[in-house]
Amino acid sequence: MEINQNAVLPVTGSGTKIHAVSRHKWKSNTLPALITVGPVTLWLAFFVAVPLVYVAVMSFCSIDSYYNVVFKFTLDNYARLLDINYVKIYGQSFLIAFASTAISILLAYPFSYLIARTKSHKKMLYYILVIIPFWTNSLIRIYGWRTFLGKYGWLNSALMALHLIQKPADFLYNRGTTILGMVYCLFPFMVLPLYTSIEKLDENLLEASADLGARKLPTLFHVILPLTAGGIFSGCIMVFIPTLGYFFVSDILGGGNADVIGNLIERQFQSGNNWPLGSALSIILIVITLVLVKTYQKCGGSMENFGA
Amino acid sequence: MKRKSRKVRLDVLKRIYGFLIYLFLFLPIIVIVVNSFNATTSKPYLSWKGFSFIWYTKIWENTELLSAFGNTMLIALITTAAATVIGSLGAIGMYRYNFHGKKTIDALLYIPVVIPEIVLGISLLTLFTKTNIPRGLLSLILAHVTFCIPYVIFNVRARLSGYDNSIEEASMDLGANRFQTFTQITLPVLLPGISGGALLAFTLSIDDVIVSYFTNGQTKTYPLKVMESIKSGVSPDVNVLSTVILVGTIALVVLTQTDILRKRKAA
Repeated sequence: MEINQNAVLPVTGSGTKIHAVSRHKWKSNTLPALITVGPVTLWLAFFVAVPLVYVAVMSFCSIDSYYNVVFKFTLDNYARLLDINYVKIYGQSFLIAFASTAISILLAYPFSYLIARTKSHKKMLYYILVIIPFWTNSLIRIYGWRTFLGKYGWLNSALMALHLIQKPADFLYNRGTTILGMVYCLFPFMVLPLYTSIEKLDENLLEASADLGARKLPTLFHVILPLTAGGIFSGCIMVFIPTLGYFFVSDILGGGNADVIGNLIERQFQSGNNWPLGSALSIILIVITLVLVKTYQKCGGSMENFGA
Repeated sequence: MKRKSRKVRLDVLKRIYGFLIYLFLFLPIIVIVVNSFNATTSKPYLSWKGFSFIWYTKIWENTELLSAFGNTMLIALITTAAATVIGSLGAIGMYRYNFHGKKTIDALLYIPVVIPEIVLGISLLTLFTKTNIPRGLLSLILAHVTFCIPYVIFNVRARLSGYDNSIEEASMDLGANRFQTFTQITLPVLLPGISGGALLAFTLSIDDVIVSYFTNGQTKTYPLKVMESIKSGVSPDVNVLSTVILVGTIALVVLTQTDILRKRKAA
């Protein structure tokens, strides 16, 4: 583009003409590009790229006896990642993440299908009803679950009133309640990409499949699911990755019995005060995120699904 | 006949399924709203002592909670303004101009979206500590703008994908200068995308827990105040404030979006 514009200029002409044109180009192209893209570039460089690189550097740093970070190269932090107590938490964290993702998709797929295929004007209302709960702070809603499930909570009161149990049951503080909280927090992130991909589904294809003699289940497995695979994959990523880091959910509903990788990191940056170790733990999450997103892209997934 | 009754049965099943999912989504909110009317005045405020408005009158006494809420609103407003300006300009520039490193910027944009929030939180904490940026309102705003910018860009970009450049050329041909064209042609066309992005930025900012948790210093936001009080037992005035916010947001959306709903209906 740039070269072409200059190529048509008479080279024999006076230098001022070229100068004028390049000034015009500066005013019409370079300057507006700088004004528009400059701020966002600087912001992302300084507040996203630099901090992440710094965390990577810090993961190789040591601490002195006052827990200050000293820039002395060490692999100790990574060696400590292999501590059996940590490895158990990774396992638990993955278990919670897998279960939360699987449950989310099983609950959300039929639900998204129902909304996306609604013909009446109520469709918009159904959609907004999924969003409304998320206008209340997520912490408060998680606390609402704790109140509901607690020893003197509604569930126990109801079960006792029905004489199904004699004394309050312990529903709280285990992996199950943590998974419940994760599914709850991340449910719309599963619904939205599914909804979008199901809505794009061409109804004629379903009819064609039926006309060609396919029954409902084969149509589901050979037409509907493959065509909405992009939505399923991006929904899974949007649920799986945050689940590894949502320490407050396992804090409030897991009560220390269902810690995820996020809890380990949080402890090192707060009470534990070993930032290099916390950084090394964060690198695990960064690597997992990279691997999943790269796989998603390899499978032909569009990144735009994440911004929806 | 048999077919019809099967269809009716399936319809009932669908309704029940939908109802159960909505119940799941709204259950904790119902708990919060009901508990905001709880008359109990003794910790841990869990047992039901009858219906009362007592906590609605007491909310004014909890100055810490109210000032935390004030902080949240202040941060959200400044964040929204900054992220909307930076993000919208960025989206327009990235759509219109080709330059080196465009792909890198694009990749950087997705990092705050896909990476676990805790990683963003601790990386910003290390940056603020290293560069001596004081932890408080300023650091919170810087952090919030960081995770809001990508969402603004995606929203504006979606609007740009159907944008016809020739209307700008027409405007310039008719004698408008670059600035006039931008304010009178480009902006109005992109406004739905920009306002959608701004609304999303505002929501993300007021709801943020994790990034704020690491970058706040001594300053408390409303979610952080809630987090603190969860450890000691949440007093019903937190429920009151949540209920008021919920009703406020619903009212706001119903007031501003009814025409959108109506248009959708007509379409």
